[in-house]
Amino acid sequence: MPDPDYTASELLAVMSSRLLKDGQIVFAGVGIPLLAATLAQGTHCPGLTILFEGGVIGPNIVPGKLPPSTNEQRCTIRANMVLASTDVLLLLQRGYVDVGFMGGAQIDQYGNLNSSFIGDPARPKTRLPGTGGGNDIASLAHMIVAMKHEKRRFVERVDFVTSPGFLRGGTTRRDSGLPAGGMYRVVTDLGIFGFHEETKRMNVVALHPGVSFEKVEDNTGFRLDRGHFESTERPSARELEFLRKLDPDRLYTA
Amino acid sequence: MSASYLDLRRSLTARDRSLHEKVVTLEEAAGLVRDGETVGIGGSTLSRTPMAMIWALIRAGRKRLTCARGITSSEGDWLLASGACDHIVTSWFSQGIVWGVSKVMRHHVENRIARFDEWSHMAMGLRFRAGAMGVPFLPMRSMLGSDVVGQRPEAREMECPFTGDKLLLVPALNPDVALIHVQRCDAYGNAQIDGLQFLDIDLAMAANRVILTTERIVSNDQIRRAPDHTKIPFFAVEAVVEVPFGSAPHECSNVYEPFFEHMNYYAPLVNGDPVAGMAEYLERYVRAPKSWTEYLGLLGLESLLEAARNGRSVSNA
Repeated sequence: MPDPDYTASELLAVMSSRLLKDGQIVFAGVGIPLLAATLAQGTHCPGLTILFEGGVIGPNIVPGKLPPSTNEQRCTIRANMVLASTDVLLLLQRGYVDVGFMGGAQIDQYGNLNSSFIGDPARPKTRLPGTGGGNDIASLAHMIVAMKHEKRRFVERVDFVTSPGFLRGGTTRRDSGLPAGGMYRVVTDLGIFGFHEETKRMNVVALHPGVSFEKVEDNTGFRLDRGHFESTERPSARELEFLRKLDPDRLYTA
Repeated sequence: MSASYLDLRRSLTARDRSLHEKVVTLEEAAGLVRDGETVGIGGSTLSRTPMAMIWALIRAGRKRLTCARGITSSEGDWLLASGACDHIVTSWFSQGIVWGVSKVMRHHVENRIARFDEWSHMAMGLRFRAGAMGVPFLPMRSMLGSDVVGQRPEAREMECPFTGDKLLLVPALNPDVALIHVQRCDAYGNAQIDGLQFLDIDLAMAANRVILTTERIVSNDQIRRAPDHTKIPFFAVEAVVEVPFGSAPHECSNVYEPFFEHMNYYAPLVNGDPVAGMAEYLERYVRAPKSWTEYLGLLGLESLLEAARNGRSVSNA
């Protein structure tokens, strides 16, 4: 694992693209989210609309010309509309967005994401780049997060809640003034994870081919309940071919 | 009525708001920014960054600036490492996702040489918008419950008097000066922006004064032929500087893409050693060149043409 004929990043992109549904409006970050949303458009979701934080509605991503962030002209190629960054973010608040889709550096059992500080925020070991629009997206939309599955990234409690998941579980998210959205799925190179209806703790939805529950446990820094889970189907030749055309320089799929 | 609101209005009304020419040199424009001021920076990440203006401020030896931008990229490295700025207000600060975490940002923030105030991107946008609207705050529904809000005592939670909903109030941000780079404007400061506008229009209207740099100065007749393309009105603008490739090595939509090769050289140099690498870079690219044109020469003719060719291709897809 991963199978020698695809990389972990390709696996993430394929597995998360399959979670998207036709007709959805998806607020996507660059990297895996952009690749996955574009792959979905090219396969089972021809009517999927991508939004970019820079201020873009419905762009067409050109293979080999992936944008370095959601704020450059490459994001605007053949888009339906460009608008102020504030106004595209306000579409989240108004409720137009079905799925917020981003990567993560550190996540906890309640789906809270940290991209601000490693260590004590007052005396950080590492200052990370910060939230960008991540906090807005996670506060206002249902979320898919795609990230590598490592023990140091899957922690019981994040050092800092940059982008809110279910905060401290139960109703704490809603009680904090966030009545809408919340974590839907976390996609990793080991499996797909969801959140318990009441406790809002992370649980296993499906494992990728050849991955055991024990392997997931070994790579997770908190207790995962062993409930019923399924197996995913390996990336198809068609999906991999699409991704490789999209990112021939392996900017995001190395 | 708060005194600061009346002050804010007074500084606009005291200004000559007639349709008059305000074209200056890059050096003269740098002289309009004073040490310790709050500077709003236009564009976002690698796009329409007012790089030439920042370059000129560093050369003019500006100090203790507070710089606010939606998303901060390598211009933030320049500002911190040169000593021009010791306080960044932004939602995200690194060179760009493909180059990892900026060690220059880390060095300055972790060693408390500079302050990095983090707001969500929408909060930055609404802070400029509140400033542009002439109101002291705007309400929003994100940042609530997170630790980001815990770091920002300037923001307040409130219950909506109509619905009882929990809301976050973010304070208006009215920078002393906004630096904005555009594709074209006239000598009076009527600015037309192609492609993404980011937070620039709110920033321009929130700021006490605006310094525009522009790829080219066009006639007022040209502006009047397409007034619907004008995004910043002349009376908000204090100075206009014509600077071709004024965002290099970042991009200016439809004109040039980022200078990727230069960024691929820059990022490992300064992340390898954020002090010595940055000093070497600033000396070579910011302090040593005699002019912006000479700086562009250092980037290289081939890079310029490549970036320009890629820039024009956006409307040709």
